[in-house]
Amino acid sequence: MSWDVLFAALTLTAGYNAAVVAVGAALLGASAAGIGTFVLLRKRALVSDAVSHATLPGIGLAFIVMTAFGGDGRSLAGLMAGAAVTAALGLLAVDAITRRSRLSEDAAIGAVLSVFFGAGIVLLTIIQTMSAGRQAGLSSFLLGSTAGMLFSEAVLITVASAAGVVALYALRRPMILVGFDPSYAAAAGYNVRRIDLAMLLLALVITVIGLKVVGLVLIVALMIIPPVAARFWTDRADRMVLIAAGLGALAGFVGTAVSASAHQLPTGPVVVVTAFVLFCLSLLAAPQRGLLASTLRFRAFEARVHERQGLLAIARGEAVYDRFTLAVLRRRGLVRPDGVPTLIGRGAAAAALRDEARWEAYRRLEPGSPLLGRYDGLTPIETILAADQIAELDRRLALRVAAP
Amino acid sequence: MRLSAPRPQVIAREGQVVEAIDTQSPLDIRGLSVTYGEKPVVFSVDFTVPAGGMVAIVGPNGAGKSSLLKAALGIVPRLSGEITVFGRPIETARGRIAYVPQRSSVDWDFPARVLDVVMMGLYRQLGLWSLAKGEHRSRALAAIERVGLAGFEERQIGQLSGGQQQRVFLARALAQGADLYVLDEPFAGVDAATERAIVSVLQSLVAEGRTVLAVHHDLATVPAYFDHVLLINVRRIAAGRIAEVFNAENLQATYGGRLSLQQLPELDRNRS
Amino acid sequence: MSAEFVQLSLVPLLVGILAAVTCAIPGNFLILRRQALLGDAISHVVLPGIVVAFLVTGQVTTWAMLIGATVAAVTAVLLIEAVRRLGRVDSGAAMGVVFTTMFAAGVIILEQSSARSVHLDVEHALYGNLESLVWLAADGLHAFADPAALADLPPALPRLLAVLAVVVAFHVIFWRALVVATFDEGFARMVGVPVRATSAALIVLVAVAAVAAFEAVGAIIVLAIFICPPAAARLMTDDLKRQVAWSVLFAMLASVIGFFLAAEGPAIFGSENAVSAAGMIATVSGLILGAAVLFGPRRQRAGTPSGV
Repeated sequence: MSWDVLFAALTLTAGYNAAVVAVGAALLGASAAGIGTFVLLRKRALVSDAVSHATLPGIGLAFIVMTAFGGDGRSLAGLMAGAAVTAALGLLAVDAITRRSRLSEDAAIGAVLSVFFGAGIVLLTIIQTMSAGRQAGLSSFLLGSTAGMLFSEAVLITVASAAGVVALYALRRPMILVGFDPSYAAAAGYNVRRIDLAMLLLALVITVIGLKVVGLVLIVALMIIPPVAARFWTDRADRMVLIAAGLGALAGFVGTAVSASAHQLPTGPVVVVTAFVLFCLSLLAAPQRGLLASTLRFRAFEARVHERQGLLAIARGEAVYDRFTLAVLRRRGLVRPDGVPTLIGRGAAAAALRDEARWEAYRRLEPGSPLLGRYDGLTPIETILAADQIAELDRRLALRVAAP
Repeated sequence: MRLSAPRPQVIAREGQVVEAIDTQSPLDIRGLSVTYGEKPVVFSVDFTVPAGGMVAIVGPNGAGKSSLLKAALGIVPRLSGEITVFGRPIETARGRIAYVPQRSSVDWDFPARVLDVVMMGLYRQLGLWSLAKGEHRSRALAAIERVGLAGFEERQIGQLSGGQQQRVFLARALAQGADLYVLDEPFAGVDAATERAIVSVLQSLVAEGRTVLAVHHDLATVPAYFDHVLLINVRRIAAGRIAEVFNAENLQATYGGRLSLQQLPELDRNRS
Repeated sequence: MSAEFVQLSLVPLLVGILAAVTCAIPGNFLILRRQALLGDAISHVVLPGIVVAFLVTGQVTTWAMLIGATVAAVTAVLLIEAVRRLGRVDSGAAMGVVFTTMFAAGVIILEQSSARSVHLDVEHALYGNLESLVWLAADGLHAFADPAALADLPPALPRLLAVLAVVVAFHVIFWRALVVATFDEGFARMVGVPVRATSAALIVLVAVAAVAAFEAVGAIIVLAIFICPPAAARLMTDDLKRQVAWSVLFAMLASVIGFFLAAEGPAIFGSENAVSAAGMIATVSGLILGAAVLFGPRRQRAGTPSGV
């Protein structure tokens, strides 16, 4: 790998052509990740895989048709058009198989993906025998290749990707609504089915745009990895789209730069690995939802549950046998190493028991109260109710104890 | 956390003293907590199923009834809790339990006949490899007949009605010959005839001295079908005999005041 | 049978048939468990498995490939589960993250390292190299009894025979566990079916079948023979044993017809060259599935009974 070339590519100083390619790849990454976020929210991520593999026969057929009519078989626009047609057929096929037979969607996706791909390979080998050498460009659509990309092609990809981003922006409101809460959207009058269709068609178009850069085998990765990575940063759909688009753009940009500096490498795999690196960074480091943060949080939660249960057992005079519970209680100074509760421990246990009793009393006193939804076994009732309400509960509890 | 050993239970029915099959509780749950992520769906529940009882688990939707069952049986992971079955840890005593899951947990389009599904109940006897003999088939057929599906053995399960599917599940459980029967919403979405048939089978099981534990969705029929109840809404609200525990106050506490008691006029008499 | 046929076509034809049948059998359970896309994932990660095995051992032996593929499949499944839990996404998305990355890594390692050889080549990783399985030392069927000729037999053939035997044995031995665990996992756990072991074993089996078929049809087309014959079979019958039988029949049909169309088809159009046999096998299997979707006697979902 050539570091000079890499540096030049990253700083957009490697020539006008390369700069356009880089910008195009960034826009492609952004639009792919953007539409991929919506597809992910609708849980149709792998349908895009079937769509992308279904482009291959279309590429072959377009080449044959264009050559038959005396044109240049490798016109990117023409190949893209062919790709789009068979991709749409693939999408229809997945839908038809799922609706008309007892097969489930995953079987339909897998079947369409592999069969269309196989048919496409047949066409490629036919083309290979038809005009040896001339088809040399077509297999680059499998894994992507920016090396030797024509300026016109780079421009086409850049402009089309930009259009994709614009279309995403225009459709963002209905797609966010449907992605986040489809039943609410339907109730609000949106035609969910039509929006889903628009979403898949946009994904199809962006897939076709990305064929030359990333290749059909791996373009689906650009639609899945950045959105999943974005998940670690936020739960809000609108923010997720933006972060995913940013990560996708970064992956596209850096990936094509690296691929340009290493001649042997097809572009697609490099972009995908770049995206995965960003994914790993997000997974580890993201605050709140990252791996580190959420593991720590869950461990703390687990300990609190065991501590609460342990204290309640102590308060009722029961022995605590569970080892993890004992360890937690020991750690917090609530029991001695031999398992006997400390003074502080007894106090905490009594407090826990009182809290449980108050919650129980509140539940019987005001069964319809929405505050009861806050009960999770751990939240003390003093943080929910006012002092006088608690005093009332205590009064009733004392009465109940006193009653025969 | 474990208490001292559970107390033995003997059920007297209509003046006749029937000894429980086992002197220990069929299912003893201590400190069971189940969470999805950080949301507790079951918190610190203690419950002892009385031997020979017909026990209902009742509570609002999403209140953890199904999760309680599945976590107790070890089908989903639990955050904490100790489960003993007839005095032994559940991991070693699963053979004494017959589990009837919700109908929706299965794809009924699966290529199997009624007889095939019921024969699955004999897995413990057959193991991985041994061939099914005539006696196994007879046992399955007997179970099929007991639930009122005689003649349906060769029917594809996909062609059954909801009620018939539920009966197939019950037959599968009967074929196991267990001592404790655990059912998850056995009456949801079934027709009246099937409901009567299932209740009748369950009651005959109890008459044989076995124990039945069921998540039940219909409050109106709880007193008619069951003799014990566990009221749950994340926490255990109340548990015990129907006559003592199934009253307006406990139900209001369980359902958060969203209950209309006009549907249950007989409960007004139990108001404490 | 002419000498030329035995030398050039017999072995690819047999390998194609064996690969298709070997994959179709476990494919039945992949479909019933709704794990068709797991088959997709495993087929893809077979590539990095083989590449790494080659780097470690320096050769393309059967054992190296099998172990490499199994390790890759197990790694992939574990990673998929991790991504699913941590990212809180559906399993399809988790699979998409893991298998594309592993496949991409496999391609990069393949291209960068000296793994490029006549055996390992990115394009053949994508669509196999059935036509290259020639047996030049043979000059007739009697070559199967000639030890000298047998030494030259492409190893893919005996390899697939062995894997097919393992696949069949597995399904015979673990039939009951597979069926009960597939139909109702919760219940299966309660009655003592080794659910997790069965799932793990099936995954390993799929990986082994995929790697055995890899040489013939490559990483992506192998999915066609995992899915299409069993899927078509599913639409033909309601009896599971018969379904498996149908899937084997369809697999054989697809491979034979596909192979001959690829070899002889272009001649019909006046061309001398053959087209991709793997691609043709996939296409024919797809056509069979299409016919089943349109005309299969049991194609409807339950709830729409086609009779009483």
